[in-house]
Amino acid sequence: MSQLINKEAPYPVVPEQSDPDAETERKTASSKPCSPGVDDNPLLIVEDVGKSFNGTPACRDISFMLWPGEVLAIVGESGSGKTTLLRCLSAGIRADNGRTSYCSPTFGEMDVFTSPEHVLRQLHRTEWGLVHQNPRDGLRLGVSAGANIGERLMSLGQRNYGAIRDEALTWMRKVEINGDRIDDLPLHFSGGMQQRLQIARNLVTKPRLMFMDEPTGGLDVSVQARLLDLLRSLCSELHLAVILVTHDLGVARLLADRLLVMQCGRVVESGLTDQVLDDPHHPYTQLLVASILEA
Amino acid sequence: MSGTDKTTRHSGDGYNFAYLDEQTKRMVRRAILKAVAIPGYQVPFAGREMPMPFGWGTGGIQLTAALLGRDDVLKVIDQGADDTTNAVSIRKFFQRTAGVRTTERTAEATIIQTRHRIPETPLREDQILVYQVPLPEPLRWLEPRETESRKMHAQEEYGVMHVKLYEDIARHGRIVTSFDYPVRVAGRYVMSPSPIPKFDNPKMDDCPALQIFGAGRERRVYAIPPYTEVRSLDFEDHPFAIQRWVESCGLCGSRNSYLDEIILDDRGKRMFVCSDSDYCRSRRETEDSGPTAVVPENGRETREVKA
Ligand SMILES: Nc1ncnc2c1ncn2[C@@H]1O[C@H](COP(=O)(O)OP(=O)(O)OP(=O)(O)O)[C@@H](O)[C@H]1O
Ligand SMILES: [Mg+2]
Ligand SMILES: [Zn+2]
Repeated sequence: MSQLINKEAPYPVVPEQSDPDAETERKTASSKPCSPGVDDNPLLIVEDVGKSFNGTPACRDISFMLWPGEVLAIVGESGSGKTTLLRCLSAGIRADNGRTSYCSPTFGEMDVFTSPEHVLRQLHRTEWGLVHQNPRDGLRLGVSAGANIGERLMSLGQRNYGAIRDEALTWMRKVEINGDRIDDLPLHFSGGMQQRLQIARNLVTKPRLMFMDEPTGGLDVSVQARLLDLLRSLCSELHLAVILVTHDLGVARLLADRLLVMQCGRVVESGLTDQVLDDPHHPYTQLLVASILEA
Repeated sequence: MSGTDKTTRHSGDGYNFAYLDEQTKRMVRRAILKAVAIPGYQVPFAGREMPMPFGWGTGGIQLTAALLGRDDVLKVIDQGADDTTNAVSIRKFFQRTAGVRTTERTAEATIIQTRHRIPETPLREDQILVYQVPLPEPLRWLEPRETESRKMHAQEEYGVMHVKLYEDIARHGRIVTSFDYPVRVAGRYVMSPSPIPKFDNPKMDDCPALQIFGAGRERRVYAIPPYTEVRSLDFEDHPFAIQRWVESCGLCGSRNSYLDEIILDDRGKRMFVCSDSDYCRSRRETEDSGPTAVVPENGRETREVKA
């Protein structure tokens, strides 16, 4: 995906920040909603989140906001704490400190880290989606594609078989899986199809927030490109907010409105995607961008 | 509960009445009471080793042992019949260890231990039906982790049960699950009714008798208190339906009972007979039914259905 980086013209140069050691944040750009017409309130407010394993911090002092409909990419090299952060935010693991508040249409303003488990489980079936890098972790391989998509509907009380099936077909069409595969087991699908099915399975309840960890990770380049196109159009069509973990700056460039660059568990730079990639301020980001350009 | 409120002294010859010692029985009864208080909820209990393998219904046997009093009349059925090996040996076990009266007649029994069937004769308030359960957890097929399935019950996350029925319809055009067909008890817990045919599911609903279920291997007891709503899971456009036969019983002529197919000879001569042998016999004793074997090729019996 590296060629994607160079496609766009360099962004106008942003004035240097006065303190070069501080986290490089472009306040002018990053604290505003990115697409026009979105709600005024942030969907997610993350404050000072940290998590250690056996005394070693995996991520720390993470703060940012996410607006409805916004795609935020978390980039950084392997081991920089991206997955750990994502799992904390989606309440898959318990953060050691900090808070995250989520603005839910059902539950109102809520503290993710202290919410009862049943509330979080309900969020994960309705307003949230979780896309694993390996689609096998997010699918039920032993039941048909249609049942995989229909499961969330059934868990929300949909009791009409015909309606569930129609909805499954609609979503298969949206993610470009042929409808005549509806009764096939995803076990026999290609990696790209499995990933698209996993996405459909999440989107069927029209979530507002998706957590994705390397969604194009295991796929070959042409399949990746198609999936990225699809994700981009789904995000805008459904006004989806996404937190996207990737180590691929090309993926970030294509999908994300905004970037967080992580190094050794900290955010070292953040801002609008094009600004950060075309004019990286932090030496680590410069290194990342340079390494991609060389590749 | 006819069994629990009676004194269950040691029998004279040094054995514990109904095999289990009093302390174990109290423990089992506490589990039963909890199960009755939370209809459909699986209560763990510290099951005892029984002098037979798990597959023989040790869960049901422990419940029966804890419930039996001296005045109880016990009936044991397996596949609807009282004379199968499993039923005979369990009946003998309680005759030996408790000396209670046994019967083959549903109407005479106060406690009925069963595997695979609910009697056709409607049960009464003074009766207890004890089920032998091999696999108590209805969510197990999709969720092998015990901690997770317990959470799913706690949060009423039952979507996966409909996923199973959805798969049936997608593959076969209809719900083909015909045994151990999942139910929802009192609008709350999803429960495995044990491997009874779905034909028997409606009998669990609003039943006057107490129904308790014992799983020996997994050490679980659960219950349906008398007059509790029991609903079989289904879809609006694929509603639950019981098995039906075009044939009637070749022995008693019943058109309302669950039928087993019997091969009569090696030329394919077949007969359908009631699976509930007590029901079939009592009909033959009281009604003028046609006892002739029905050979399907020669046309079916056309007896009127009795309401
Ligand atoms: N469950 C765990 N137990 C112990 N250490 C862990 C655990 N999960 C992550 N870590 C450590 O935390 C640090 C951050 O790991 P994390 O998986 O979040 O990185 P990442 O940015 O997602 O990397 P990658 O790009 O390779 O997926 C690493 O040093 C890792 O070894
Ligand atoms: Mg990772
Ligand atoms: Zn009969």
